[in-house]
Amino acid sequence: MTDRLRSRYLGLDLASPLVASPSPLTGSLDSLLRLEDAGVGAVVLPSLFEEEVEGEPLLLLERMEAGAGVVGEAAEYFPDVDLDHLGLDRHLVLVQEAASRLSVPVVASLNGTSPGGWVRYARELVDAGARALELNMYDVAADPARSSADVEGAYLTLVAEVCRSVDVPVAVKLSPYVTSLAHFAREVVGAGAAGLVLFNRFYQPDLDLVTLDVTARLELSRRGELRLPLRWIAILRPQLTSTSLALTSGVASGADVAKGLLAGADVVMSTSELLRSGPGRARGLLDELLAWMDEGEYADVDELRGSVAQHAASDPTAYERAQYQRVLASWHG
Amino acid sequence: MPQSRCVDGNEAAALVAHRLSDVCAIYPITPASPMGELADAWSAAGRPNLWGSVPRVIEMQSEAGAAGALHGALTAGSLATTFTASQGLLLMLPNLYKIAGELTPAVVHVAARALATHALSIFGDHSDVMAARGTGWAMLCASSVQECHDFALLSHATTLRTRVPFLHFFDGFRTSHEVARIDLLDDDDLRALVRDDDVLAHRARGLTAERPVLRGTAQNPDVFFQAREAANPFYDAVPDAVQAAMDQLAERTGRAYRLVEYHGAQDAERVVVVMGSAAGALTEAVDALVAAGERVGVVTVRLYRPFPTAALLAALPGTVRRIAVLDRVKEPGAPAEPLHLDVALAVLGAGLPVTVTGGRYGLGSKEFTPRDAAAVLSELGGDEPRPRFTVGIVDDVTGLSLDRDPAFTVPATGTQAVFFGLGSDGTVGATKSSVKIIGESTDLHAQGYFVYDSKKSGSVTVSHLRFGPDPIRSSYLIEAADFVACHQFSLLERMPVLDVARPGATVLLNAPFPADQVWGRLPREVQQQAVDKDLRIYAVDARAVARDVGLGNRINTVMQPCFFALCGVLPADEAITLVKASVAKTYGRRGRSVVERNHAAIDRALDAMHEVPLGPVTSGTTMRHDLPAAAPAFVRDVTAVMLEGRGDLLPVSALPVDGSFPTATARWEKRQLADEIPIWDPSLCIDCGKCAIVCPHAAIRMKAYSADDLAALGAAGEALPHKAVVGRDLPVGSLLTVQVAPDDCTGCGVCVDVCPARSKTVAKHKVIDLLPAAEHRDEERPHYEAFLALPEIDRSLVRHDTVKGSQLLQPLFEFSGACSGCGETPYLKLLTQLFGDRMVVANATGCSSIYGGNLPTTPWSVDAAGRGPAWSNSLFEDNAEFGLGMRLALDSRRAEARSLLSDLAPAIGGELVAALLDEPDLQDEAAMTRQRELVGRLRAVLPRVQTPDGERLTSLADALIPSSTWIVGGDGWAYDIGFGGLDHVLSSGANVNILVLDTEVYSNTGGQASKSTPRGATAKFASNGKGTRKKDLGLLAQAYGDVYVAQIALGANETQAVRSLLEAAAHDGPSLVIAYSTCIAHGIEMSTSMSHQKQAVASGYWPLYRYHPSPESGAHPFSLDSKAPTIPLAEFMESETRFAVLARTDPARASELDLLAQADVDERWHYYEQLGGVERSVPTQDAAGDHVEGTEEP
Repeated sequence: MTDRLRSRYLGLDLASPLVASPSPLTGSLDSLLRLEDAGVGAVVLPSLFEEEVEGEPLLLLERMEAGAGVVGEAAEYFPDVDLDHLGLDRHLVLVQEAASRLSVPVVASLNGTSPGGWVRYARELVDAGARALELNMYDVAADPARSSADVEGAYLTLVAEVCRSVDVPVAVKLSPYVTSLAHFAREVVGAGAAGLVLFNRFYQPDLDLVTLDVTARLELSRRGELRLPLRWIAILRPQLTSTSLALTSGVASGADVAKGLLAGADVVMSTSELLRSGPGRARGLLDELLAWMDEGEYADVDELRGSVAQHAASDPTAYERAQYQRVLASWHG
Repeated sequence: MPQSRCVDGNEAAALVAHRLSDVCAIYPITPASPMGELADAWSAAGRPNLWGSVPRVIEMQSEAGAAGALHGALTAGSLATTFTASQGLLLMLPNLYKIAGELTPAVVHVAARALATHALSIFGDHSDVMAARGTGWAMLCASSVQECHDFALLSHATTLRTRVPFLHFFDGFRTSHEVARIDLLDDDDLRALVRDDDVLAHRARGLTAERPVLRGTAQNPDVFFQAREAANPFYDAVPDAVQAAMDQLAERTGRAYRLVEYHGAQDAERVVVVMGSAAGALTEAVDALVAAGERVGVVTVRLYRPFPTAALLAALPGTVRRIAVLDRVKEPGAPAEPLHLDVALAVLGAGLPVTVTGGRYGLGSKEFTPRDAAAVLSELGGDEPRPRFTVGIVDDVTGLSLDRDPAFTVPATGTQAVFFGLGSDGTVGATKSSVKIIGESTDLHAQGYFVYDSKKSGSVTVSHLRFGPDPIRSSYLIEAADFVACHQFSLLERMPVLDVARPGATVLLNAPFPADQVWGRLPREVQQQAVDKDLRIYAVDARAVARDVGLGNRINTVMQPCFFALCGVLPADEAITLVKASVAKTYGRRGRSVVERNHAAIDRALDAMHEVPLGPVTSGTTMRHDLPAAAPAFVRDVTAVMLEGRGDLLPVSALPVDGSFPTATARWEKRQLADEIPIWDPSLCIDCGKCAIVCPHAAIRMKAYSADDLAALGAAGEALPHKAVVGRDLPVGSLLTVQVAPDDCTGCGVCVDVCPARSKTVAKHKVIDLLPAAEHRDEERPHYEAFLALPEIDRSLVRHDTVKGSQLLQPLFEFSGACSGCGETPYLKLLTQLFGDRMVVANATGCSSIYGGNLPTTPWSVDAAGRGPAWSNSLFEDNAEFGLGMRLALDSRRAEARSLLSDLAPAIGGELVAALLDEPDLQDEAAMTRQRELVGRLRAVLPRVQTPDGERLTSLADALIPSSTWIVGGDGWAYDIGFGGLDHVLSSGANVNILVLDTEVYSNTGGQASKSTPRGATAKFASNGKGTRKKDLGLLAQAYGDVYVAQIALGANETQAVRSLLEAAAHDGPSLVIAYSTCIAHGIEMSTSMSHQKQAVASGYWPLYRYHPSPESGAHPFSLDSKAPTIPLAEFMESETRFAVLARTDPARASELDLLAQADVDERWHYYEQLGGVERSVPTQDAAGDHVEGTEEP
């Protein structure tokens, strides 16, 4: 790996600014090793969902105990087995194995549902070997009794608690659905976050027109989705100079990686493109980045990083304009 | 100090057997299954035997197979054992004779159980072991859980010392399932008694080509007899050898046993001889009577074969003048029962001046109490004691039963607690845990025993817990409890829960009401009892606590600490700590969140409990007495008594002499199990019939009728929701109603899951929605009554081969006690809709014979004309043959009737005879109706034919009406134990129909793997995931060429299922329909039962097909009825716990088996696709003739 790509994220030295973000690819040791071979600078493992790891044993117990103690002929309907590999166990083993087998930093991701759960599972992930944590903080704020300040306040409390309870850097994956994102980002950093990841993409409901059921399906990101995080990376870069920023969503080419870096991202994350094309595609993205850097005669990524952030852009207001008119004007029907 | 543990009798025996065996060949059967399951689990976990090897545990296809494998393992020099009961032991008999004849050391552990006679009974008596007393096996009887443990060792040790094989037996359920504290035998104890030399000698006798011998010869009259006598010295040595081992055990443990033991007054004149758990009740009665100055005693026989005559005579006090021998078996026609005969002969041989009488007791786990024991001793003290008697029942037919003194009781020791619950609420599990906590964490002795009813849904459980400082000998249910807990408030309305409470007892209720409302909510009878007995009542809203901590309905975790707090056996803090430790031990291997939430519930339980002060007896609620007045006399007089839990009071005269009971009785039960019931919205209904066809309990039904029919009901009709029929398949103006049976529905929700039509304005509102039963039952009851009053549709007016059409036919299988959401019962119900008034059913033992035929009621029903399925269960293993026999009889009767018709034509009338001989097609409704009318005319004519042939024809006239024979059972029967017979029947060409309700596991005995269990599924005996693929039964049947075969899944394709059953019935030859049946053993949400079936088919896991033999040249008999897989198998497997478990126990093996399972699916689909192109025709006589002629052409 060329030194031209060396980067730092969350205080960690990375061989490249490309990070594999949570996906099935980061959920198996085999593909993690392949990602490493392909040059990613770090990997973020799939999120540990508190609700899922706590619910799984309860559901299994309910299913395995169905009918138990009902009739004299059958005390129960399942053998008395040890469930040593529940979701939590498997996840922590993945963290352990990834941490021990990979040379690139392993970042664990966490989605909690209770204040105690966030802290407890954060510690367990760190104890298992995670070099950093990414807090996957999101719930649908559908309760009309809770104000945005309430919601944000709760997030900030959690960030502070988690940061206090672990000794590794913590990044917070933000939702774009915040009224004053710049303010909130600063508050999150103030609560102890060492980095911000922009942005979280969520399972959005869909409707099945045959059954009229509400369905959930995660769709892979499209290229255009890069624009939203790009804007906010550029805006936040000069505001949060000592905070690691990661761009994610819509990164499908080396050019996209370059854009993220230009806007000020310390690292650029990719999921969909790697899922579509396989772990080896990371090498392609980096090669494309290097080719572009060659063309622009950039010595290394530090040179270009943030060079088109808001404070450095030739037209800083461009990041804040809605830009309808130009878009419309450029529309040729 | 020996280690103590609370275990049941099965585990006590298995703990020794597993350590002393190289091979365990097993097959599940109640109540012995847990022994095999434990042995399998221990071996799967790598637990070694005494010699450091892990015993090989193998599940066989039947007990006959297990015995064969046992025999082989022994013959080859292994230490081998098996565990069985009842019919299982009978299937082993041939090998038992062989093993004993060859003087092979072996032990079979038997949880003794009744044999099926007039009825099946899963419960305990000695009819099985007594049937084995001629096999040449020594028989050692344990009468307590501790003895199960100790006698297991004595059996294993002594068989090796004597070379005589041992049956070690104990009472099924009473001992096999009683949990009690025992002192464990350690490995050194085992090594001390199981001598290395004996083991080595046995191994040395194993067959080996290095030292070949010929064993198992055939012998001629010249030597067979002498050779048979050659073994005598070995038998002669057994009693002393057993006593020597007992003495050795006593030296090591302090537990002294004798071959025959006496307890009672040293100058006793009256003595009862008994074997098994009844010794406990007898001992208590004798102690009470001796204390009262009576000269009585009890003799317990421990070694039954070889019969220890000398030991018996030595045990009897010299003062004895009268002996009553109690047998837990009935030998009809014998001069006396076996133990009675043995004792009488011993006494006679010794020339003692003693009168010996004998009595039967305890058949099928009939309670035997100190009161019964006292009755026997009282009878012995009479002027002329009856030479033969029964005790424990009221025999008003032959007058054999003894009167009992209701006032007789023995002094209670310790504390007695009774817990009422529903099977689904974990009461049994919690009580077992309490027994263990008390027995293993205190110095107290503890005992738990558990009583279940026979329903698989809504089952009531009663747990009996005794504890105290003295050893507990009570081998009967608690009659006067110091503590009574009712874990379901609704039970207070259903059964006399507080009858068992002694005056001043403490009562704990799970009451879903605020504290100040609990008293007022109690039924009036309960309030009265509480006041009369001055009870102390406490209540806790356990469900609210459980829900608050995220435990759903797991109320047992809340009730258990409340019990400990109230019973005072331990300081509250200590008890809470122990309950938590117990939870951690039980659930620690099942995930941290489970433990934490249970702990949270425990922490909150005591704060949520409050005392309920006794108040005025003013409740407006009374206990339910639901039996409708219209119930038939038998139901009112007999069934109702059983339903009320008072069946023990029924006298002999109340019961049928031959086990034949009326059908159509479940409809009177009105169990009201559902919290929510489906409510129909006619404005949205599309008449599809899916809700009705999938309903496991026939609790949601569909009827089509005319406006006039509705009008005839008057106001009731006006109130009945209805709609105009969609489509043209019924007369214009026809109306339709979909109706729930509000008191019979179990609320499983399967109907709602499959309902395809929704409101256009509110998507969550389907045609049927589950709504709170409490709010809708009163409204729906008159609707259901009106619905029943509507006429059934004319069967000839409706298509039977559609879902809708089939569902307009009356179901004659209703309201079974099967699990809520059962996947089997919809098929049976559908069968009765198609053929119910013309079908005869042979039902293999299993789930379907239990929910179909376990008293008090049966779901098999009748139509308005009194016609309906005629049903019988023979055994587990013989069902195909049983059904074939029925078919042969029906065919024979039909042939004879037709012959007589022809012979008697001049007297009957030629026209009528000709019409009768023109038999209708079974599925031609109009012709069937006509034929029945003709048979009616024949019956009217026959009395005028005053000849013997006329009388014979009268008795055979029913046979002129075509009938459909259905052979029904589960996969355990069809794939395993009954496969040989099933195969034979398929080969017979007989016109029988076989329906396999394939749950892919032994459901009834608790989820053991069968050959139908798929690769990758976790089941008992496959706890690390079944490694081999499922047997393709349908393919095997197709090989015959003339067998109709269909594989169906109602949830995936209802129409294909309906048509397959119709085609199977129409096929003039054997037919086999394999029906995918979802089961609680799959670990799925049963309300989505049909969705799972759909996924099974969509993934290619369960292809739908029909193999329809045809004589046509170039026929393609195989048609694949499902589409190529549309989802990966993993998607289906991940949704079912039976598959999902393996990834949590052994992820690597799960991955491996998942891949193989997908390969199975792919390969099979590819194979089936090719089958679709195969040409095959059934050779016929005509075709054969053509062929022969053809070959003769020059």
